[in-house]
Amino acid sequence: MNIVVAIKHIPSIADDLPVKGNNVDFDSVDFVLNEWDEHSIEQAVLIKEAVGGTVTVIGVDLIGELDNALHLALAKGADKVAKITADDPAADSHTQAKWLAEAVKGMGADMVFAGVQASNDIDGQIGAMIAAYLDMPYIGGTSAIEVSGSAATVSKEFPGGVGMKYSITLPFVAGVQSAPKPPRYAPVSKVRQMAQTATVEKIAPTGEASSGLAFKKMAPPVATGHAEMIEGSSKEVAAKIVELLKSKGLA
Amino acid sequence: MSNDVFVITEHMDGKFSDVSFELVGKAKELAKAWGGQAVAVVVGSGIASNVFASDSTIHIDDAALSHFNPEAYGKVVEALVKERSPRLVMFGWTVTGMDMAAWLSARLGVACAAYVKNIGADLTMSCAAYGGKLTAEVAPEGGMAIAACLAGSFPVEAGQGSTAAVTMASPVDLNSLKMKFVEATKPAGGDVDITSQTKLVSIGRGIGGKENMELAEELAQKLGAVVSASRPVVDAGWLPRTRQVGKSGLKVKPKLYLMLGISGAPEHLEGMQSAELIIAVNTDKKAPIFNVAHYGATADLFEVAEAMVELL
Repeated sequence: MNIVVAIKHIPSIADDLPVKGNNVDFDSVDFVLNEWDEHSIEQAVLIKEAVGGTVTVIGVDLIGELDNALHLALAKGADKVAKITADDPAADSHTQAKWLAEAVKGMGADMVFAGVQASNDIDGQIGAMIAAYLDMPYIGGTSAIEVSGSAATVSKEFPGGVGMKYSITLPFVAGVQSAPKPPRYAPVSKVRQMAQTATVEKIAPTGEASSGLAFKKMAPPVATGHAEMIEGSSKEVAAKIVELLKSKGLA
Repeated sequence: MSNDVFVITEHMDGKFSDVSFELVGKAKELAKAWGGQAVAVVVGSGIASNVFASDSTIHIDDAALSHFNPEAYGKVVEALVKERSPRLVMFGWTVTGMDMAAWLSARLGVACAAYVKNIGADLTMSCAAYGGKLTAEVAPEGGMAIAACLAGSFPVEAGQGSTAAVTMASPVDLNSLKMKFVEATKPAGGDVDITSQTKLVSIGRGIGGKENMELAEELAQKLGAVVSASRPVVDAGWLPRTRQVGKSGLKVKPKLYLMLGISGAPEHLEGMQSAELIIAVNTDKKAPIFNVAHYGATADLFEVAEAMVELL
């Protein structure tokens, strides 16, 4: 079973996101692995453990710092890693998906996984677009994928805990919402070991695509309202919340 | 290209989701400004489709479309859009719309915007990017465009009506699909129903780990509340799926929604913004939730929760 996981390196939303011109000031932000990619890596490794095969993790290296994420993927059980050397922090999802699809074409993938979404998918998610560029079916929002022979049984999540199961003939692309198990922990020592010993294949970007969007403005949302802020130490905040709840008959 | 606006509606168990009506209402406004028609597109079988206030409704009916199937639905929508060439195609940024919008964009080579929360008559689209921390204003560079819109962005009522649908057979062959629907699974019973609770203590990734759930449970117990959560907490396995609030979880409307460590990503807001009293505690003073909550505090959730437990 040959599984390729396409990952996305994105600006961290845990920190402030300064703006420069009509986009994020990419020089002033930390890039992190898209949180859903941890689930798609886990899903791929679980399948490999169940039926055998190879897991290749590939991403677009936007700022020359993707290696950490790739070493982490290896420490979690990926067999091979590759990066598309782009040096273009503003590359949109269409562009990244096209580069990834071109790189994946020669890999003979039975399945391609991507995170179901990323917080910077302003022009849509890479998984759905990789599927379109590779002319493979796409299913997103998956919570479990099991392979048997030349087909997979895929569980897709719907609101309210409803699920739907599909049988899909390989190859296909999945946008992973969650793996059946929480992403495994990789010890720092193992990640360091991978950093010292692993080979990261470098691939030049090929192919062109565009979101077709012009960025006119990027700014914090115009708030129609704002919370009344409760000030003070944590104990004071707690006391004020309790008082508020009591005054409304909620405590 | 016409000046029409297509809305790809969505439904489950014979019922259309609110977002479909929201989009039809917005489509009417845009189509009117452009001199086109708002067209509700229904893909599916065994559903009454005369429920929209659209200028027209197209219902593609085929037994193979009884359940949502991303491959089948995608191919049908692609064929229809290619043939009719609307100016704008609207999807919900939902579990079904997300399977088609970006895919269709790449298939057809047309512009696509996601996380859309508003669309101007000049087709400028406002998108809730970076977990809602920034709003991107984007404009498609000519030709047809696709918009994947967040649920709750437009009023439901404007899209409700009784326009008679024109039923059509599938424009594509559905006999050689690689993807086949097998079965639907309902949530396992036995857990509390968070949609019927009057008070919820809702926790986000800020809770840090399963070992800290006890504190949230203790606080909830003192308040006579139930613990719910945002998606990362559920994906991490710290709470069952039945407790998840938001796009892929449940919509709740309690009297009290006390949020601990939830930043307020658009997907979560979809599920709780109608709560009567929203109180948010978060260490990030720029967390988008403070634009939605009634009361907020920039504080350590553990310290606040522990102090509240002592006081209650």
